[in-house]
Order: sequence, then C-alpha cells, then structure tokens
Amino acid sequence: MSLNASNSSAIENHQSWHPVLELSAQEVFETMLGSHLEAVSEPPPEEVLDVTAMVGLAGLLCGVLTIRCSSRAGARMASKMLGIDAEKAAAEIWDAMGEICNMVAGNFKNKISGLGDGCMLSVPTVITGGDYSCHSMGNATSLQVNFLFEEERIIVGIEIHS
Amino acid sequence: MNKVQVLIVDDSSVMRKIVERSLRQAGIEIEKVYEAGNGAEALVVMKDAKVDIILCDINMPVMDGLEFVKQLAGVENAKGVPVVMITTEGSEGHVVRALSAGAKGYLRKPFTADQVKEHILPVLAGKS
Repeated sequence: MSLNASNSSAIENHQSWHPVLELSAQEVFETMLGSHLEAVSEPPPEEVLDVTAMVGLAGLLCGVLTIRCSSRAGARMASKMLGIDAEKAAAEIWDAMGEICNMVAGNFKNKISGLGDGCMLSVPTVITGGDYSCHSMGNATSLQVNFLFEEERIIVGIEIHS
Repeated sequence: MNKVQVLIVDDSSVMRKIVERSLRQAGIEIEKVYEAGNGAEALVVMKDAKVDIILCDINMPVMDGLEFVKQLAGVENAKGVPVVMITTEGSEGHVVRALSAGAKGYLRKPFTADQVKEHILPVLAGKS
C-alpha cells in the first residue's frame, strides 16, 4: 500500500486501506494485550458504545482514527494491558484506550509507505458517554472494521479527509 | 548486569507501567523507576536523579521527546546516560531525527518483551 504523488489513485481509493486498518488493530491487540481481534460483519448496537478514543492525523493524510466500545470492554482492554483485574483497571480505561488508539493509528500510518514522515499524530482524546454525533466537514471517507474482542464488540474506524 | 535505575517518560501512565513490566520481563533488574509525563517533567526529574537509562516517548504534550533529548545535553546528571525512544512514530525520518538529537536507540510501539530485550540490553551494555 502506498501514498505518494505518483500514486494518487491510492489516495482516492481509500477502501483498499480497509485490510490495512484491520491488520493494524489486530497487531496492536495481539502484541500489547495478548488478545486476538476477530473481524465480524455486524456492528454493535450504538447504545452500548459509551467510550470513544480518537487520534487525529494531519499532513499528507488528514483524518481521525477512532476506537469505540462499551466501558466494560474498555476496562477489559486496560485489564489485559496491565495484567490486573478488570475492576482495578476501571480507573485506567481512558489512558489505556487512548494509548491503544495511538498505537493503532501509528501502526496504520507506518504500513502506508510514503506516509510516515509526512503525517503527524495528535495526542489521544477519549470521550465517555454515548449520546453524541460526529459531523465531519468536507468530503470525508469513512472506513470501519467491527471486531469481537474477548466476547465484547468494538469498532475501529478512520475518517479520511484528504 | 547490576540493578539499574530507569527514567520512563510517557504521557500515558499505563504505558509507563507496561514499559517497566517489559523491562522486568526482559530480565533487566530494576533498582528504581523514575517517571515523568512529558519532556519538561523529565528535565526536572533529571536535575536530582541519577539514572542508568532513559526510555522516552516522542509524541507528548508540553515538551516532546525530541526536544527533551536536545535539552538533556545541558543537564549535568545526564552526561553519558543513554536515551532510547519508545514511540508509535516509526518512519525512517523520525528515527534519523531521534538519533541525530542524541538518542542511542529506537523502539517502535507496539513492542514485545523480546523486542525490548533486543533494543535495550545492548544500549545498557554499551553504557557499562
């Protein structure tokens, strides 16, 4: 997969990045959490998604990478990362999810050759609560992969602006 | 190898704990861990702390890891202390900038305990 001036079709054809996004998330979960992420077709119901971690990308590729899940799934992620009980990990959900999102975003952009140096990541932001909507400015393309993580459902998505 | 004192610089407290755990899993015996949430905090820590190695993220608020490494050169306690960058920024340009700034090693997140061993042990060995 590449992104450079001579390959503008890659920029336009963002759908081809779907497997890259899937692999980027799977590698982070396997390496840092010791968990296999299984891609599934069905998205989780919106009402259970009450934690959203976001990392912005700017430069050659502008957009936002998000990970959405329930707070219970977030606690389980923190628990797996730190090797502690989920109850004890509850206080670490924001930090853990922000860092996971950061690593998925970094892993994603590192897999797109020609992008690494020309694309910067923001520090992560984590939103809690499910009753909100995101409205993107401009012509954004969205990619989304639904996963099963330890019996919990999560969504990894990226909104690409350029 | 003797027990080492380590400074871990990362804006994520979860990641600081994971780095510490990975060092222990790599067989590195740790005497003391100092922590800082960004480069500016780390410079303050380094005024008093004497550490054997510094493990530092790049993307951090307030002061990033590259600026920290540059400013570290003016800290008396930091003379000869190796810095290894641990970051999601894995491009060749980032590696070159980190090494040019004075870092002795570079480890990309996500990482395994084996990768920690592979990247950190030689740096520690080189120091001694």
